[in-house]
Amino acid sequence: MELLLIFIIGLLHAAGIYMLLRRSMFKMIIGLILLGNGVNLLIFVLGRLVKGKPPVIDEASNVFTEIYADPVPQALILTAIVIGFGLQSFAIILIKRVYKVLETDDLDELNSTDEEI
Amino acid sequence: MIFAVISGFISAAILPIFSRFNKNLVPKLYPFIPLGIFIYLASYLHKVNTEGAQFWSYTWIPSFGINLDFRLDGLSLLFGLLITGIGTLVFFYTSYYLKEDKYLDRFYGYLTMFMAAMLGLVISDNLIVLFIFWELTSISSFFLIGYKNDDPSSRKSALTALGVTGFGGLILLAGLIWIGFLGGDFSFTELLNSSEIIKNHESYTWIIILVFIGAFTKSAQFPFHFWLPGAMKAPTPVSTYLHSATMVKAGIYLLARFTPLLGGTDSWNWTLMIVGGITMLYAAIHSLFRTDLKSILAYSTISALGILVFLLGVGTEDALLAAGIFILTHALYKATLFLITGIIDHETGTREVTSLGGLQRVMKPVAVAGYLAALSSAGVPLFLGFISKEIMYEASFHYGKWAILLTAALVITKIILFVAGFWVGVKPFTGSLPDEHQSAKMPSPLLWIPPVLLASLCLLFGVFPGILDRFMQAVFTSILPGAPEIHLAIWHGFNWVLVLSIVTLILGTALYLGLKPSQILREKVKAFDRVAPIQLIENIALGFQKFAEKWTGFFQNGYLRNYVITILLFLTVLAGYRIYDGVDVHLDWSQISEITPSEFLVVVLMVTSIFFAMITKTRTGVIVALGIIGLANCLFFLYYSAPDLAMTQFSIDTLTVLLFMLVLFQLPKNRSFSTNKIRIRDGLLSLMFGSMIAILALEVFEAPSYTEVSDYYAENAYLLAKGKNVVNVILVDFRGIDTLVETIVLVIAAIGVFSLLNLKLNPNKKT
Amino acid sequence: MKSIIFQTASKYLLPLLLLFSVFILLRGHYLPGGGFVGGLMAAMAFILHSFAFGLKETKSIVKMDPRHLMPIGLTLAIVAGLSPWFVGLPFMTGIWYDEPLKLIGMVGSSLFFDIGVYLVVIGTTLTIIFSITETI
Repeated sequence: MELLLIFIIGLLHAAGIYMLLRRSMFKMIIGLILLGNGVNLLIFVLGRLVKGKPPVIDEASNVFTEIYADPVPQALILTAIVIGFGLQSFAIILIKRVYKVLETDDLDELNSTDEEI
Repeated sequence: MIFAVISGFISAAILPIFSRFNKNLVPKLYPFIPLGIFIYLASYLHKVNTEGAQFWSYTWIPSFGINLDFRLDGLSLLFGLLITGIGTLVFFYTSYYLKEDKYLDRFYGYLTMFMAAMLGLVISDNLIVLFIFWELTSISSFFLIGYKNDDPSSRKSALTALGVTGFGGLILLAGLIWIGFLGGDFSFTELLNSSEIIKNHESYTWIIILVFIGAFTKSAQFPFHFWLPGAMKAPTPVSTYLHSATMVKAGIYLLARFTPLLGGTDSWNWTLMIVGGITMLYAAIHSLFRTDLKSILAYSTISALGILVFLLGVGTEDALLAAGIFILTHALYKATLFLITGIIDHETGTREVTSLGGLQRVMKPVAVAGYLAALSSAGVPLFLGFISKEIMYEASFHYGKWAILLTAALVITKIILFVAGFWVGVKPFTGSLPDEHQSAKMPSPLLWIPPVLLASLCLLFGVFPGILDRFMQAVFTSILPGAPEIHLAIWHGFNWVLVLSIVTLILGTALYLGLKPSQILREKVKAFDRVAPIQLIENIALGFQKFAEKWTGFFQNGYLRNYVITILLFLTVLAGYRIYDGVDVHLDWSQISEITPSEFLVVVLMVTSIFFAMITKTRTGVIVALGIIGLANCLFFLYYSAPDLAMTQFSIDTLTVLLFMLVLFQLPKNRSFSTNKIRIRDGLLSLMFGSMIAILALEVFEAPSYTEVSDYYAENAYLLAKGKNVVNVILVDFRGIDTLVETIVLVIAAIGVFSLLNLKLNPNKKT
Repeated sequence: MKSIIFQTASKYLLPLLLLFSVFILLRGHYLPGGGFVGGLMAAMAFILHSFAFGLKETKSIVKMDPRHLMPIGLTLAIVAGLSPWFVGLPFMTGIWYDEPLKLIGMVGSSLFFDIGVYLVVIGTTLTIIFSITETI
């Protein structure tokens, strides 16, 4: 399963980068989201996969009595997911705004900074 | 002591506020700052003469070995007194010289800052602190040279000076750090003990090259001398203060200071002798072809600095003593000459030596000062210049088999400097007064008292050199530890040195009478300007600029894709090389969990959605695909024991899809711009990147995992934080600050979205 | 989207979901859940309601600009982080009330911190979604 997941991670990264390289702004956001998913999954897999043993201590005991999933990557990813949402929503709105004002979504037409918006 | 150094910075800093209340009070009050420090320093004269160096230490950054260590020995005291003493006179002088100037208060600010920096430089005992003050002098002199900032040539000179001295300063820093590491300490006094270690280390040559470049740029040695004549664009008080008496001598100070630490080797001595020798001759000859008083002085100053470097290079007892005395001599007479140049400029409006003459009729005291300074510069008996010149000749004359060459170079330089000194100090005052300067009148005492004071010191010390004995002994000892006892005297007996002195005087007089400064001479040498160092360096700088333009234009081309491609290529090639070097993946199949049918289904779903998201032309399709990818992710989290993640991912996924749907019709269409060729290129690149990530992930997966952190959290989650869901405990307790900052980021994102949506862009334009 | 079934359902769903989100928040320290998830759920409850009844209706129920929730939540989180100072412990040390309370469980500074996070997440999400809905 790990191998399949690693394959998916590679695929998500490749797809994310491919979309990032497009000229359309819409596709760029898609690329950003795909990359974000890929990175989350990457961290998760590198934290070793454990099935059915969430890092929650048994009601009866005060410490872990058996093997458990690594909590640190999970905490990291949880943060990353939420921050990712902030980033995505900002990017979506930014692009919506840029599109409305400049009436283009071709990044190649957006490479000068001097124009007054 | 720290107060003496800091007071200058403080008073410079409060000046803008102070001058707002009373602008006219600034020039009246500020001269008393250097005066106060001068008196304070002078009170240490006796102590330093009898007890040797004094030390102060204040903690600053002890972890790096950087402390505000101050050391006041003979050499520091000599420089400190010159800086504050001449500083006092210049401060008073300026209060009249620039009386009408709009930004006089600003000028005092720069001047005070410079003085404090210079003082700090000469008394700091820590190499890093020394460097900081060193750069501060460069920066404050940049402001002073560019003081007339509406004049483009003035700005250019300031930039050149800053460029050259700043560049030298950075090189010096490298040298200082190197010394500090070799010697194991940044304190100069401590380093003296490890002098032999540094001298015998294989990188000694590199260190002295670095130190030399620092000193040569600051002290305007060939081939870095060109910034100094340009710096004469500054108002005359600045030239007096910075470019004759103090700042340019910082390099000399550095060399003298490091002589006991690094000096005494062949490479040290010969480099200094050669560079100093070239500089003193080159600049002296140059000064003959100038007609502007300040230009003449600039070149004669460079020449004098060359003499000092040369003497430090000769390095014998006599030479080092001569250097010590010549620092004082030169500061006294050159400052005088600069000051009277300023007066002449101020009263007649010209500095062309060809059109000046007979001014002694209108400004007698100034003329007297000029004569005295010129005579001291020429080295006429009964002047301090004579004594220093005697010891100089003595030093070169006894330098083994090269004595004749060295002495000849020194004599020629001295003869020319004789002429240069007379052109400035004598020529404008003698002869007949030209008609256009009939209106010149006697300047204010604030202008003429400073030069007269300095000039009379030349005479006083010349007639009674005995009063300098003990102080010069202290100076001498700090350049050459364990120096023999000295006695300065006017009469050394009749010997070859005296003959040389007389020859110098006779030839100098002859040359002065025979050679008149003129424009024609100036024109004649213009042809050589093309190969002058300044031209070469300017061309190098231009080349740099062009190269930078091309380089930046190539990488900063404004296309986002190209930036991404550049970064990715770099990363992929770098990591790819590492992988190529040896992929070492031996999968331990027992560690790998098996694939259940439901998981396999999710994987298939995910792969399909990824491709669908890339290919589909409709925006809705893409968003649906993204939603499925997110949900698949969520399922993976769920399968592998991360319920928290699954919940969060699920909520966020829903929200993102919602968000997309809300703005869907205001988003640009999902269009394709690229040609197939570009698509294939991008596809290849992203495939490369993706496989690289996958391979790296495999390698990491292969490596043994370290779980100390996780174990700590897991073991202590309940004991310390009273929680049983370890992920949540990490978020709200162990790494609470991270979470706090994260929420702040979220808030910023929300504010960003809110303001983007409500922003009224350019109300005139329809949006 | 103003179908009667949807409206009726979301009318009852709103309090239920809100209650559930608080439940998720409070149990976070012992079982899966916590401020982030809880906050997202609460936000979704409101969004659902706004889809059924329109933004105005939802805003009149909340009676509070969601933007204000962000500074309130942040302040709560920071105060919870600072509170150990009052008993002489370093920033962000967890301090706990000894006896568990009914329904809520153990009460400590971390809980208040989590509530702060909860409020910030609600505020952020609602601000983003609402302001988009408003400008369409």
